[in-house]
Amino acid sequence: MEETKFTPQTWPDKPEQATMEGKNKFVGIWIFICSDITLFASVFATYLSLKDKGPAGMGAEFTAANLFELPLAFIMTMLLLTSSLTSVYAMYHLKNHNFKGVQIWMGITVLLGLGFLALEIYEFYHYVHIGFGYTHSAFSSAFFTLVGTHGLHVVVGLVWIICLMVRNARRGLSLYNAPKYYAAAIFWHFIDVIWVFIFTVVYLMGVLG
Amino acid sequence: MSSAAVSNKKGFGATLWDYLTTVDHKKLGVMYLFAGTLFFAIAGFEALLMRLQLMIPNSDFVSAGTFNELLTMHGTTMLFLAATPLLFGFMNAIVPLQIGARDVAFPFLNSLGFWLFFLGAIFLHLSFFLGGAPDAGWTNYASLAIYSPGHGIDFYVLGLQISGAGTLISGINFIVTIITMRAPGMTFMRMPLFTWTSLISSALILFAFPPLTVGLFLMLVDRMFGANFFDHTMGGNTVIWEHLFWIFGHPEVYILVLPAFGLFSEIIPVFARKRLFGYSSMVFATILIGFLGFMVWAHHMFTTGLGATANAIFAVATMAIAVPTGMKVFNWIMTIWGGSVKVTVPMLYALGFIPSFVAGGVTGVMQAAAPLDYQLHDSYFIVAHFHYVIVGGIVTAIFGSMHFYWPIMFNRALSERLGVWTFWIFFIGFHCTFFIQHFLGLMGMPRRVFTYQANQGWDLFNFISSIGAILMAIGVILLVINIILSAKSKPLNCRDYWGDGRSLEWAIKTPVPFYNFKQTPLVRGYDPYWLEKHDGNEEGMIYAEPLGDIHMPNNSILPLIMSIGTFVAAFGALYHPDGDKPWAIPVLILGLAITVGAMIVRSVKDDHGFHVHVEEVIATEEELYGKGGNK
Repeated sequence: MEETKFTPQTWPDKPEQATMEGKNKFVGIWIFICSDITLFASVFATYLSLKDKGPAGMGAEFTAANLFELPLAFIMTMLLLTSSLTSVYAMYHLKNHNFKGVQIWMGITVLLGLGFLALEIYEFYHYVHIGFGYTHSAFSSAFFTLVGTHGLHVVVGLVWIICLMVRNARRGLSLYNAPKYYAAAIFWHFIDVIWVFIFTVVYLMGVLG
Repeated sequence: MSSAAVSNKKGFGATLWDYLTTVDHKKLGVMYLFAGTLFFAIAGFEALLMRLQLMIPNSDFVSAGTFNELLTMHGTTMLFLAATPLLFGFMNAIVPLQIGARDVAFPFLNSLGFWLFFLGAIFLHLSFFLGGAPDAGWTNYASLAIYSPGHGIDFYVLGLQISGAGTLISGINFIVTIITMRAPGMTFMRMPLFTWTSLISSALILFAFPPLTVGLFLMLVDRMFGANFFDHTMGGNTVIWEHLFWIFGHPEVYILVLPAFGLFSEIIPVFARKRLFGYSSMVFATILIGFLGFMVWAHHMFTTGLGATANAIFAVATMAIAVPTGMKVFNWIMTIWGGSVKVTVPMLYALGFIPSFVAGGVTGVMQAAAPLDYQLHDSYFIVAHFHYVIVGGIVTAIFGSMHFYWPIMFNRALSERLGVWTFWIFFIGFHCTFFIQHFLGLMGMPRRVFTYQANQGWDLFNFISSIGAILMAIGVILLVINIILSAKSKPLNCRDYWGDGRSLEWAIKTPVPFYNFKQTPLVRGYDPYWLEKHDGNEEGMIYAEPLGDIHMPNNSILPLIMSIGTFVAAFGALYHPDGDKPWAIPVLILGLAITVGAMIVRSVKDDHGFHVHVEEVIATEEELYGKGGNK
């Protein structure tokens, strides 16, 4: 297919929706997110009903109030929130047909995401190390399933964005790949919003209430 | 890329490859239809075995354990692997034609949805040969399922996880298709009712399947990886499964019945030869049913002990659903009223549907009253009720629509004569089987029992019920014979087979070319084909664009490879808890690697589709319809 060469002047206002395929991707990712919200709602509900539940005589050290540490969760929250902001910058440059800006800000987003992931892996490792493994109790299963599902989404988002950056590194922006960047950015924001809920429901409510 | 006429000349291998890689919504519709029919036959056979066992008291035709497997697989297969794909078949084949589109929004995902469904279904059915089928009922309540020995439940969990992912993907695809791919002028309030109900049903899939996915995942890790969600000694709670299952399970009923309503809303106006009565109230009722469908799941759990307040709220919400459903029933009756009715086979099914479905609805409202439900719960009354809804509502819609849409899907017609016989034998058999089960339930016969003692007053009614099941089986066999005969009949090569078609799908001559519309149609109002016909337009539609190059999607084998990956991974997960199979985890990882690898190939390989040039379009039209093309 012949590629049209765009300049910032001829680049459409909404490059992510300028083609039929782009519009489908744009609507499609939003519809997918609707269903993913229901998925997380189900896991949240399961977590809330099994919070602090375990076998008879489960030690108090394995309840939410004693287990979770807010400073670590706060750093993770900040990393992810900032990565959402940097992906907004990337989309700003996407709309202005500045491919270099898109790649740089998406790259920073990936680095922040990797930082978040590293801290999460450290946190999980720590819990397993002190005996709070996946099979420890109903509470541990529910905790790892909820936070792990979010972690899996982070991994998917990172692989997705890295693939996009590598694949398009030498090609520049086109109306074919602009919707793909846009959809990945929307997905990344969604992951971030879910984390805000996890931070509130699991860590804040766990430690404070 | 191939036109229907060209593919006839291809060898077997090429044809097979074509179907394995196709992204054409019409071919996928046919594949859904045949896969659904296959599983419908299997599940029907299981039902027949159960009825033969229950025909006489103290029978030992099948063992208690086999009976549990039969009832579980019958319910699971009928709902997930027969009714859903059969309706998806019609949605695939008809919805893009009704909205004037050349294909769906995501043809690749459409194919992926089919293959995930199909391989998930095959996986589930392999359980019969690999150590026993699931046996905890189609609801698979955790208190039973967690302790079920063998791998039956694991097959259920993994098979439904895979096919459920396929259903969710198809649902997303249909929603986006209907939102973005409508032809110019096809506003939301001009969409045919089947498109509307497909949209709402897909939205229900969107919100209902994720809770099932989570529920199945919890069951999976509990049984295979040592998690403790449902193990009360470890702090778990089995009621979580009941909630998650029914948050999915109740909307699932509407996922199936709404497209069935839509199909009847297409059939009735064509044969009453009258505009659908109360179109906008039909649309409103569809949306309302979809919304209320999510508010009522706990009416399946009245006896779980959620408390009087919860039971009262869910009882009232359940009764409220009768209002929009009643609106629909009255609208259908008012459409027929004063029409010039032609009683063809599809119309026979529609006329049979209305009283049967109303009967199922009325018993549903009876069960909505929580105190009465304590009496009816887990009795044959429940079995009678949901078979009235599902057979009386959904299966009649599927059979009727097979006759109705066969000319568009296959360019052949099903025999009317044989169809009338099929209808009456099936219809009488259906009422014979299930009407009497209401009374069995009221007399105290519990559901899911494999046998019963003689002389409790149940013998005769059970015998009559089993005779009815045999009649239904004869009806289905006649339908299959009808399908086989139609394959040998002459191609129709016509437009508007029934003569009174109203919506866009009837404006295209059959066989439908692979690009559907040579020019995108311009829609001037509701029932566009009827409108153009009555304005004397011989072509049946006016166009929104000049004849030009047509952009179409490429075929791909990747959906099948991705689905095979999940299929392989499922075996790894299944055999992991045995302990003596060190290959289990490597197989699991291999399967997931195949799927993820195929996904990465898909995303880094550009897929721009291809263009059918205007000369090729003209040549295809002339090959299909002779000189002058689709005029």
